[in-house]
Amino acid sequence: MNRVLPILTVLGVICVLWYAAAVWMNSTWTLAQAERAGVEMTFSEIVADTMQQERPKLPLPHQVAAELKKTVIDKKVTSKRSLVFHGWITLKSTLMGFTLGTFMGILMAVGIVYSRTINMSLMPWAIISQTIPIVAIAPMIIVVLSSIGVEERAVPKAIISAYLCYFPVLVGMVAGLRSPDAMQLDLLRTYGTSGWATFWKLRFPSSMPYLFTSLKIGIAAALVGAIIGELPTGAIRGLGARILIGDQFGQPIMIWSALIAAACLAGALVTVVAALQVLTLRRMGFAR
Amino acid sequence: MSSMAKRTQDWFGWISGGEWLLGVLAIVALASGWLIVGALLFWLAMWALNVRIAGSAMASTRAARIAVPVIFGVTILVVWECLVRGLGVSPIILPPPSAIAARFVSSTDLLWVDFKQTALKGAVSGYFIGCAAAFVAALAIDRVPFLQRGLLPVGNFVAALPIVGTAPILVNWFGFDWHSKAAVVVVMVFFPMLVNTVQGLAASSVMQRDLMHTYSANYWQSLAKLRLPAAMPFIFNGLKISTTLALIGAIVAEYFGSPTRGMGFRISTEVGRLGLDMVWAEITVAAIAGSAFYGAVAVLEKGVTFWHPSQRN
Repeated sequence: MNRVLPILTVLGVICVLWYAAAVWMNSTWTLAQAERAGVEMTFSEIVADTMQQERPKLPLPHQVAAELKKTVIDKKVTSKRSLVFHGWITLKSTLMGFTLGTFMGILMAVGIVYSRTINMSLMPWAIISQTIPIVAIAPMIIVVLSSIGVEERAVPKAIISAYLCYFPVLVGMVAGLRSPDAMQLDLLRTYGTSGWATFWKLRFPSSMPYLFTSLKIGIAAALVGAIIGELPTGAIRGLGARILIGDQFGQPIMIWSALIAAACLAGALVTVVAALQVLTLRRMGFAR
Repeated sequence: MSSMAKRTQDWFGWISGGEWLLGVLAIVALASGWLIVGALLFWLAMWALNVRIAGSAMASTRAARIAVPVIFGVTILVVWECLVRGLGVSPIILPPPSAIAARFVSSTDLLWVDFKQTALKGAVSGYFIGCAAAFVAALAIDRVPFLQRGLLPVGNFVAALPIVGTAPILVNWFGFDWHSKAAVVVVMVFFPMLVNTVQGLAASSVMQRDLMHTYSANYWQSLAKLRLPAAMPFIFNGLKISTTLALIGAIVAEYFGSPTRGMGFRISTEVGRLGLDMVWAEITVAAIAGSAFYGAVAVLEKGVTFWHPSQRN
């Protein structure tokens, strides 16, 4: 309770601020309408009007909630108007990108830990690669892939996801694979252990806590990548596409509900990885 | 003097090795038009050279640490050029680096205009406003433990969200010019910066704070003399993360409407016109701007947190 109460308070305050801001921002339109009609409006009338506009500047939480209920629960999952359908499209590329990025990250980390040449050549470029805004490359990846015959829409998005997701994994795994101390490595050497066995019996297991910490960052980054991949490309399916279409057709409620859905998806994904982390680390005997 | 002589000898020792032969073969192959074979040989030669440098006694010198990644980068450019030419890849799919460089040089005016619009006006102004606001908010949160316990989990959650999605909303609110781009950047950098600063303000130990107390230092004195300096590594971590986010935010926001200039605008229109050399030139600008921005903050960090273990070698 001691931990939940402050969070609930903060969420409550955010909600109140949201309503206040919505009344303030939406009232411009209400007042303009009233002036055009030549009607004087009382304050309570203005407030009531700002709460139920078709195209509000800032939609209210209850409007977004109603839209979410309409598009998540009431629609069939296979319908193109269902947010579950669009969420699934985005989730698919997110998971593909996450798998690819994690795999690449681990592979590069192993290379970096075992080869000094790879370490010296690759590490500076890995860091530089993250200072390049990936969104600059996103539209091009899609055009290039479609011109060499990859028609599947999920692939370019997955590549962008992987690009955003590999770096945290790489950094975490390099730290993790280097985490066994010299004494443990020496012990294995006195056993005459092969390099292969040292990797599987010592380095890889002891990197697990680092790996899972990075995976939590990685999966959130992968989702961001999938959504970014949908934004500049005229995609018609996926949560990013819903945001895009809502923008083009002037439907703020649609944008906001897609955003909230994306937020829930991000929260769910991170929670799943966190649960896997607890489960795995407990099974492996990392106490706590 | 003797170490100098030894070093020179080392250099000559390498050049007489196998990679020298590979390099000559590569140049011969390239000159006689076997671009793909030449690219492969060049790759092998340069990799062998890098292995040699990394394995030598000089590996830990500054020169080697710069030379190895530079050789690696140049190798990739050469192989890219050779493969694109050798395999006859259409410039619509992947232009060779030389074409990108030519385009870069011939349209520096346009690139500068875009850079000014997106990076200087949008990203940098949003970065300063967002980081400053987050810093002030963090100081406020820090004074109220209740807020700290409530806002930190929420802030952590929001920092992981795909906030770029708010770009169309903010463009709608603030108009097409750079103000909306700055607003997107503010929203994007706020939470990572907030979380890091709050963490940093908690970084000084109880004993250190007690010491300040025995000096009868007031809140502001202990903040300025102890807690802010102790928070600097965390604050700079937030600042460094934010540099990348700032450029991403400014570019994405331009996809939702911008005046007829700006890096995001140029990229999306040039992709539509299949002018990929121009797109790559913009990517080059973005890469240089991103790295320079990050590098500037990293240099500042080195100066401010010189005492921190991570800065000592």
